[in-house]
Amino acid sequence: MRALLPMITVLIALVGIWYLAVAPMNIRTALDQVERSGVEVMPEGSVARRDISVWRLMIQNPDHIAVGYGLDRPRLPTPAQVGEELWKTTGAMAMRGRAWSKRSLIYHGWITLRSTLWGFLLGTTLGIACAIAIVYSRTAQMSLMPWAIISQTIPIVALAPMIIVVSSQIGIDGRGVPKAVISAYLCYFPVLVGMVKGLRSPEPSQLDLLKTYDATGPQSFLKLRLPASLPFLFTSLKVGIAAALVGTIVGELPTGAISGLGARILIGDQFGNPLAIWSALFSAAVLAGLLVTLLDLLQRLALRRMGAQP
Amino acid sequence: MTALIFALVFWVAAWAANGWLSNSRWRQTWPVRLAVPILFGVTLLVLWEGLVRGLGVSPVILPPPSMVAQTFAASTETLWTDFVQTVIRGALRGFVIGAVAAVLCAILIDRSPFLTRGLLPIGNFFAALPIVGVAPIMVNWFGFDWQSKAAVVVMMVFFPILVNTVQGLRASDTLQKDLMRTYAASYWQTLLKLRLPAAMPFIFNGLKIATTLALIGAIVAEYFGSPTRGMGFRISTGVGSLSIDLVWAEIAVAAMVGTSVYGLMAWIERRVTFWHPSHRT
Repeated sequence: MRALLPMITVLIALVGIWYLAVAPMNIRTALDQVERSGVEVMPEGSVARRDISVWRLMIQNPDHIAVGYGLDRPRLPTPAQVGEELWKTTGAMAMRGRAWSKRSLIYHGWITLRSTLWGFLLGTTLGIACAIAIVYSRTAQMSLMPWAIISQTIPIVALAPMIIVVSSQIGIDGRGVPKAVISAYLCYFPVLVGMVKGLRSPEPSQLDLLKTYDATGPQSFLKLRLPASLPFLFTSLKVGIAAALVGTIVGELPTGAISGLGARILIGDQFGNPLAIWSALFSAAVLAGLLVTLLDLLQRLALRRMGAQP
Repeated sequence: MTALIFALVFWVAAWAANGWLSNSRWRQTWPVRLAVPILFGVTLLVLWEGLVRGLGVSPVILPPPSMVAQTFAASTETLWTDFVQTVIRGALRGFVIGAVAAVLCAILIDRSPFLTRGLLPIGNFFAALPIVGVAPIMVNWFGFDWQSKAAVVVMMVFFPILVNTVQGLRASDTLQKDLMRTYAASYWQTLLKLRLPAAMPFIFNGLKIATTLALIGAIVAEYFGSPTRGMGFRISTGVGSLSIDLVWAEIAVAAMVGTSVYGLMAWIERRVTFWHPSHRT
């Protein structure tokens, strides 16, 4: 909680900078709109204004700067506009009982969340399985580990359209599966690395102790290695779920999806509706924050039950 | 059918060879450490080729690697123009601008402990966000050419590098800082001779994460509009016009660029942080 006051200060500063940036970003559009409604602006005609810097335009037309803060299709919307749009597409619709309408961000957020969770499940399972193989088999370690690292240096977005083409050709309907595959690809690696570290974290003396108890392989795995790896697992799960969300949105962006937060961004771009893009971006941020916080709570709960000191 | 059987036999043989190699007494030597993963990779390619040929998969869905290699060799000129447009113009410029800005910002923020406490959690949060989503906004602001791609890349690489640098600047311990004080070192001397070098492992960690992000940003931004060249442009139009082999060739370029840039970063890191315990031999 020591960080709360500084965090709020930084946030207020960021919002302040944002508000200040709105004026120069929107001045051209604002002047065009004012001119169309018949008011005289300096210099006349948007062609004449193109070569003049925004700062000079602002000095020459100080009365019209305020117009830039209330445009319908701004280049940069104000935080208040984004917040209003967010409320209109979530809370206000939910209150009218239309939370699952296709225009509501709750619906699109749910589509994205579902793919993210499937991808997260798939990626985590794969990561843990690979980590167990790597810890127990030297062959697996030597052949898998370099490729696991290389796989993360390959930009997955290049593959995203291909994954969608292939999965639709082999008869998988809908976009849920390819999106989940992409997010699993992004999320398995942090889990793999964290679990390898975690499963190897017991000290030799602890493993020796279990040997003197005549513990079998599965016993020493379940009673020593697995519990010892939990703190590592949770830390990498937090990285993994954020990566999975990025993966889902990347999977929705370039592929002409029609539902999901990434698709809202895409549609907002095609229909020239910046407010839709910004509100989808912010709901993605809120979703990421919620997921990471949830895992953080789970981590605290699990570690406390295991007797870890806070 | 023979192709399929050959691929499966090759798989079993390669796995056995790897098992033998990695348990042999040469397992610590570098040729073996290199050979095992390469054999694994080759096995994957052979399996792919065998499955595609053996099961008669249409090349429009999934071309075999040999066909991709042919296309790659036949269209090096296109691939090169795309590489220059996406990697050199978009990703590299964005990466350099973003990295320099992030390190400078980190040094500025670091002067105020209050700001550092506030910015670290926020920066960590931003680093976890799907920032690729700003791509259409940037294309709208900066136009179709490389400027918008560089802008997306700047935004994507900024926060991971910022957070890592801020953490790195706090990494030098009190004892070392006290020593600098007894030398009567100024702020800048301490920064340049102790704290920045001590932060290097952290900074390189951020830079390595950012290399992949830079490529992702540059490619995704091209999906939202680009001049008629670039890797993202070629991939999105290739999928539309069913020239899937060219798309796979572009993917191969992207994979090679990603891996070699990462390797280059790791190599520079070894040179710069040779003193770090993890690199001492």
